Amino acid sequence: MNVLLVGNPNVGKSVVFNRLTGAHVITSNYAGTTVEFTEGRMRIPHEGGEPEKANVIDVPGTYTLDPTSSAEEVAVGFVDNMADGDVVVNVVDATNLERSLNLTFQLIERRKRMIVTLNLWDETKHTGIDINVAGLERILGVPCVPTVATTGMGIKKLVERLPEARVPTYASAESDRWRRIGDVIDKVQKMGHRHHTLLERLGDASVRPITGVLIAILILAGSFEVIRLLGEGLIGYVFEPFFESVWGPYVAMPLSRWLGGSGFLHTILVGRLVDGEIDFGESFGLLTTGLQVPFGAVLPYVLSFYLVLSVLEDTGYLPRLAVLMDGIMHHLGLHGMGVIPVLLGFGCNVPGALAARIMESRKERFIASTLMAIAVPCMAQTAMIIGLAGAYGARALVPIFGTLLVVALILGRIMKRFVTGESPEILIDIPPYRIPYIRGLAKKLGMRIVWYLREAVPWVLAGVFIVNILDTLRVIEFIGWLSSPVVSGVLGLPQDAVGGLIVGFLRKDVAVGMLAPLHMSLRQIIVACVVLTMYFPCVATFVVMVKELGVKDMLKSAAVMVTSAITVGGLLNLTLWALLG
Amino acid sequence: MRQGISLLEMQTGTEGIITTIDGGRGITSRLDALGIRAGTRVTKTSAPYLRGPVTVRVGNAQVAIGFGMAGRVFVQIEESAPR
Repeated sequence: MNVLLVGNPNVGKSVVFNRLTGAHVITSNYAGTTVEFTEGRMRIPHEGGEPEKANVIDVPGTYTLDPTSSAEEVAVGFVDNMADGDVVVNVVDATNLERSLNLTFQLIERRKRMIVTLNLWDETKHTGIDINVAGLERILGVPCVPTVATTGMGIKKLVERLPEARVPTYASAESDRWRRIGDVIDKVQKMGHRHHTLLERLGDASVRPITGVLIAILILAGSFEVIRLLGEGLIGYVFEPFFESVWGPYVAMPLSRWLGGSGFLHTILVGRLVDGEIDFGESFGLLTTGLQVPFGAVLPYVLSFYLVLSVLEDTGYLPRLAVLMDGIMHHLGLHGMGVIPVLLGFGCNVPGALAARIMESRKERFIASTLMAIAVPCMAQTAMIIGLAGAYGARALVPIFGTLLVVALILGRIMKRFVTGESPEILIDIPPYRIPYIRGLAKKLGMRIVWYLREAVPWVLAGVFIVNILDTLRVIEFIGWLSSPVVSGVLGLPQDAVGGLIVGFLRKDVAVGMLAPLHMSLRQIIVACVVLTMYFPCVATFVVMVKELGVKDMLKSAAVMVTSAITVGGLLNLTLWALLG
Repeated sequence: MRQGISLLEMQTGTEGIITTIDGGRGITSRLDALGIRAGTRVTKTSAPYLRGPVTVRVGNAQVAIGFGMAGRVFVQIEESAPR
């Protein structure tokens, strides 16, 4: 039996899901699309009988069963393909009953076996709303259960009453749906005096022009500081000591001695010794640099980034940022929601490219994902750039990230003009600020970290392995010689840097790592980091972009990337040459 | 057929009832899903800057409506409506 959680976005559907299901949860793609949904297991008690096992599906949030986006199409697909024994749990926002009932009535019109849960019940108090639950239950003819999913209130009742789910007795038709909803609201809901909470006032302040911009600057600067401090702290106090004092002397060095300090296997596993010692940044073996890059350099920043991002998501700040950025994003052919794929891209370009689908038109999806792939370095790459260029401080980091920002602004304007299609306007719900539900936050963070480890580590190891093979076979040297007119001539980089550009197709972090042993000048470091970010996405992002944009648009996008990378790299090289010599 | 003023001209903090939405089915159905249609009462919560969206409160919800779209939603202001 399947239990489908169906409801509007931002009504706490996922928290209800977390409450109903156990620890074992899987995220999958809906067949033929890239829209994700989560699935878990629960037990439904039956009076006097064995509890029944059921599959719980957290259907993507939707306002209507007349789909306007791909996520909504998936939601409708689930509802239309229900089997006879399946049940819909319609999660309703008790503080927005009227709007929520639109979806409820559409489910009623499709004669689905259902039960209604009035979530966010605790918030009805300060908003002065009084809902007659028994009355609503009588009118609709399906069980209605008030819940506060974040505290667990009402969840037990919901589970107990699940077997009572039935096809509603109420008859509704599309033609006069709103009139009928109005009637129901008049009968069951009384509005009292609303108390404005501090969070509400803060909510209004963060979308008003002046206060909003100030709050945005504070929040973004604060987020950046937290990510940096936490990342640096984890590296300095946990990961670096582990690699330098435990893994190096007790595992990697003994292995190196046992292998005789050189030879093919030594190169693959340990890499090259620097002054007879292992250098985790430069040795480039599977068990040295191959582990240090994903765990020692990147994981601490990925962890702190996703912690901060998850908090921003769960408090409800992101839609407000989208409102504030809307005006600026219009210059790039996007609207405010375009900041979401960009922000996610800073963590990893893969979820960034996936998030581009929240944009309505093909033109916007093309611009958003192309801009993200070109100008947004992922956390893995950023961590390695900080490692490589950090010694120069702001003198290296400001030109690198500043150039990328300028490139994004200029390229956005160009694409807005030349990419055909529509750029629709922003129209979004702004949920109230909420205190994040810690268990849900922890679960999401855990899932993101596991996802990173599973997706990234194999590719990093593959990248390091392939580098060593190509190096041994002198392939990198050959390609370096072939491409030297561009790499050395236009970009002013050493021929060996081409190795980084080859490996950058696999993993950007490994690619930046390969630049470390080259001991480049400040100018070369800046040019190399900018070009490595821009010239092409890593293979994982590339695959997602092909799926999302289609082969033809991806080829166009790739053409934009390569041309702009060479142009910008060349100009940057000349400018820095003039400035730094 | 247009009655009253658009959401852009409306003063922040005032309340009004939507009279007409001057747009095709695409726009009206998207607004409708968010609870915005003729006859609903809205309060403007923030004005746009740099041609960004207008935000309004509808019931207990808050919705951001893009600049162009906001210019096509017309409201009848209720003078000193009791709150």
